[in-house]
Amino acid sequence: MVGDTSILFQIAGIGIVVAMIHTVLKQMGKEEFAQFVSLVGFIIVLLFVINSISDLFEQIRAVFFFRG
Amino acid sequence: MGIFEVVSIGIVSAVLVLLLKDSQPAIAYLIIVLTVLYFLIFTIHYVKEILQLVTYLGEEAKIQSFYIKTILQIIGISYIAEIGSNIVKDAGLESVAYKIELIGKIFILILAIPIFQSLIETIIHLFPIS
Repeated sequence: MVGDTSILFQIAGIGIVVAMIHTVLKQMGKEEFAQFVSLVGFIIVLLFVINSISDLFEQIRAVFFFRG
Repeated sequence: MGIFEVVSIGIVSAVLVLLLKDSQPAIAYLIIVLTVLYFLIFTIHYVKEILQLVTYLGEEAKIQSFYIKTILQIIGISYIAEIGSNIVKDAGLESVAYKIELIGKIFILILAIPIFQSLIETIIHLFPIS
């Protein structure tokens, strides 16, 4: 009923993996790569969230504003 | 039963956020946002049914569709403003959240202007000011 919630676990997995890679790269002394990996992980997760936001806005528009 | 799913998803997302908060705060925040959006998408189906009942009642009572449309739009604006302000407030930006609420209120006021005008016209029609 709530839809596909496996995406929550997916995002948590991405977060854990990114945190791990971040720690490993930091231990190796490559700070800039660690920052870059964090940024890429964040952008991937942001794509999921933006899809969800646009879905919600479309539905609200269809329900409340008689459009679409 | 939908409520069990909602509560369990809330608990699961809370645990996941706690797990990620220290190492990746941005991704933890996005998990919060995603959970909120899921709940709202879940809610909107039920709201749709209720609003269909409201529009049906309005049509049966021969109320002008313009008024019902305006009211529904006002409800929609308040929904969106509430969502936005809550999400922004979660990130700790109280002032931005307050501005979103303020702008939502102003838009609602602008939408209500035609209704208010017709009310004033009716009153003046009833009691002519000469």
